[in-house]
Amino acid sequence: MSTYTSATDTDRRAMLDAIGVGSVEELFADIPAALRLGRSLTLPAGMAEQEVYEHLKELAARNVSCEEEVSFLGAGMYDHYVPALVETLLSRSEFLTPYTPYQPEISQGGLQVMFEFQTAISELTGLPVSNASVYEGPSAVGAAGYLAKLANGRRRVLVSRGVHPHSRETLTTLARGYGQAVAEVPLREGATDLDALVAALADDVSAVVLQQPNFLGAVEDVAALTVAAKRVGAVVICACDPIPLGVLEPPGAQGVDICVGEGQTLGNRLDFGGPSFGFFAAAQEHLRRMPGRIAGETVDVDGKRGFVLTLQTREQHIRREKATSNICTAQALNALAGVVYLGWLGRRGLVELGELLLQRTAYARATLSALEGVELLHSQPVVREFALRLPGADLDAVVERLAAEGINAGYRLGRSYPEYADGLLVAITERRTRAQIDRFAEALANALAAERGATPVGTGVVG
Amino acid sequence: MTPPTAPTAPASSAIAAADDTLTIYERSQPGRRAFVAPALDVPRRPLDELLPARLRRTQPARLPEVSEPELVRHYHRLSKRNFDLDTGFYPLGSCTMKHNPKLHERVAALPGNARLHPLQDERRAQGALELMWNLQEALGEIAGLPHVSLQPSAGSHGELAGVLLTRAYHEDRGERRTKVLTPDTAHGTNPATVTMAGYEVVKVGTNADGGVDVEDLRAKADGQVACLMLTNPSTLGLFDPNIAEIAEIVHGVGATLYYDGANLNAIMGITRPGDMGFDIVHFNLHKSFTQPHGGGGPGAGPIAVSERIEPYLPRPQVVRRAAPATVPGERDGYAFHLDEDRPKSIGKLRGFQGNYGVFVRSYAYIRSLGAEGLREASEVAVLNANYLLALLKRAGVAEYLPIAYDRLCMHEFVLSGAPMKRELGIRTLDLAKRLLDFGVHPPTVYFPLLVDEALLIEPTETETKETLDRFAEVVAEILREAAHDPEIAKNAPYSTPVRRLDEARAAKQPVLRQPL
Repeated sequence: MSTYTSATDTDRRAMLDAIGVGSVEELFADIPAALRLGRSLTLPAGMAEQEVYEHLKELAARNVSCEEEVSFLGAGMYDHYVPALVETLLSRSEFLTPYTPYQPEISQGGLQVMFEFQTAISELTGLPVSNASVYEGPSAVGAAGYLAKLANGRRRVLVSRGVHPHSRETLTTLARGYGQAVAEVPLREGATDLDALVAALADDVSAVVLQQPNFLGAVEDVAALTVAAKRVGAVVICACDPIPLGVLEPPGAQGVDICVGEGQTLGNRLDFGGPSFGFFAAAQEHLRRMPGRIAGETVDVDGKRGFVLTLQTREQHIRREKATSNICTAQALNALAGVVYLGWLGRRGLVELGELLLQRTAYARATLSALEGVELLHSQPVVREFALRLPGADLDAVVERLAAEGINAGYRLGRSYPEYADGLLVAITERRTRAQIDRFAEALANALAAERGATPVGTGVVG
Repeated sequence: MTPPTAPTAPASSAIAAADDTLTIYERSQPGRRAFVAPALDVPRRPLDELLPARLRRTQPARLPEVSEPELVRHYHRLSKRNFDLDTGFYPLGSCTMKHNPKLHERVAALPGNARLHPLQDERRAQGALELMWNLQEALGEIAGLPHVSLQPSAGSHGELAGVLLTRAYHEDRGERRTKVLTPDTAHGTNPATVTMAGYEVVKVGTNADGGVDVEDLRAKADGQVACLMLTNPSTLGLFDPNIAEIAEIVHGVGATLYYDGANLNAIMGITRPGDMGFDIVHFNLHKSFTQPHGGGGPGAGPIAVSERIEPYLPRPQVVRRAAPATVPGERDGYAFHLDEDRPKSIGKLRGFQGNYGVFVRSYAYIRSLGAEGLREASEVAVLNANYLLALLKRAGVAEYLPIAYDRLCMHEFVLSGAPMKRELGIRTLDLAKRLLDFGVHPPTVYFPLLVDEALLIEPTETETKETLDRFAEVVAEILREAAHDPEIAKNAPYSTPVRRLDEARAAKQPVLRQPL
């Protein structure tokens, strides 16, 4: 049993003497006897480090990770490559083990990282101010809705059905607390229906929430949707994945007021869904309504450059019930991974990566949709992910056949979109090579053929 | 060694010192790079075919252009401008800065965890779901409450979950309530959460012993009250012995009792929030359960709830069901599932299943310690706190930094710097800054708000007696030094990468990003 404590019997005696009590038990005298547990917790006995390692290893071995299959699964988190230097830098105790930089004189590293992070997010999104991270993508959408409520006090939020289902549901959960009603704007041909948005807009609409690219992979006409939303004075919130922003017009340049998103793709592992980080950038007018930590530049008493947490009068520890958010601990270490990763990609790398994804995704989309029994769900432009339909096929059975061959075919859209019960969402990261895409196509053709009861088609689709 | 009382030259080389505050953007030179894209292995198509020009970015984001060596050196150098827990004592009250076992990083990084996609078919994520289920069971046992959701991302997120659960519970019974009670000693997250969840905050006073003013509570508890949010031990480090009566009052008006688990480290295996009458508890896995604090996250804030709250727990919930022996990945006749079919659920609070990587670390911790180890952790946390308190109650310190409530404490305690300010002319802030020169992270300062010039000190169980002895000596030394010359503390620190920073300027003329 590991304990991580160091109090020996000798220590204990000396310490109890100094306190002036006879036993550790006496230190708990304030806890009424009736409330004492009076037994051991019913938990497995403690184990030595090597035993714990073996147990955890055995559990991990019962998962099929992207290490063991060729995965085309995305839908909000993506199997991008995490460069080695991210791991090296994040494992430094000086980043890993301190807390929020309440004492700036001994936290300049962390504070400067936040400042650099804010700069990177501001550059990516095209918005002037960013905070130093929020929890993750969907809760960032909820936090943005709350900002809109603080900004204009209106009662209704319109959210595109192209926004990630988890974001929509999180927004709905949180809005029920702060008193807003959430309504959906439907999709047309895979993208947000502008006419339906216009029809739903009224002067009680607090915010319009979009996602770029949307959940089906489609690149939205954010500029047109934003113009419409702004006609009634709604706050426009756009959830973005940062990687496609290498090639997509930044939301800030399209008039969006608040850009939030899931940061996992920036140097963070999949980790079965977390921890990653959320980002939150906004137009200048919303600065003092932003949630979370913000680092700012200043000087010390000797005139030396330094960084501090700033605009803290927004925050819970100062403003309490009048705070703009309750967030305290966020995702600083994951945001560090993000800023290191963006430094690794660099100005040109982010564009090159985006263009590579565009090319490979286009290839995969064309190859797969050319198969018999496969159609495009929509034909909107895409960057890294696209939606297919497999009409008439038993999709679960097809996906299982591919899994048996070590291929994760993607996300079955029916899990969250009943109207696309035959839909499959396929993600392509830079880790997915042409050879893997071809293998996927071949396996999918075979699986579809087998499901139809026909003979497998062999290797005909391999280019 | 006495630390410097005047600014000293940085220890690093002159070259590094000259530019040690340059940002990565200021180190950028056009044409440099670290990243090389994988080769294009598919036929190249014109970009205009793939993405219409009007949707494309015309100006690349002005990210830095640096080589890998420069990138590594930059962040490595920044890391050295941080103080951290592996370097020294970090008695930051209410934050439980206990040791972060290194095994945890190794097991979290196993590919089966680190590269597991959150939407992987549950049959191919049985190990992860079993780990989560085991952690739920363990946390439920520690809390004394039967049902656990791991979903919330941090303590304040758990609080929000708890208040939204309360709302759902009352609304399901056809009740609409408008107020939530919080003690005046509460963490700032409590009142902020209440507002976000659409309730009005009503403050409850503190009695002479540092506990909830029961009469004030009784007066304010009415049919409009949805919940009382309480930390026990409180932020004063004191266990409220009236908790059973408090629970009775709160339940008597139909409200829920919420437990802020920030201070759970004092009571693991000794007493349980569920047994005290709490309906909803949040855990801070980054506090009591060793998730490294990461400079401000990640954390995780699971919640445990009673039977009556269970139907409203967030979606999805990890459940274990009997399974036919033929199901792949199944063992011992059961399998684990993510249950989305929860009609009364408050819904999702975030994407996917929560901060799984944090769960792995906290689960490893619980399996390392077991029941006895967890109890020992709490016992030693309380022993260490009381020992340090005893040292600080000695002559030379106590007359300047008296304990706010003179009782045995739990895992932390509050001193008041008011006499120090009066007698020696230095404030709690000055003491904190001077501690930096001695290589110690200061305690939490100016919290709780109730205590003038407060210092909230939490040593945790993983510190040695010698560290506590040394801290008490350092505090005494700073006070002696201040009696002789208060200017030394008032101008401290001297040995840190930067000295006191102009926070007013940062707020008045905000520079929040690198101008490019």
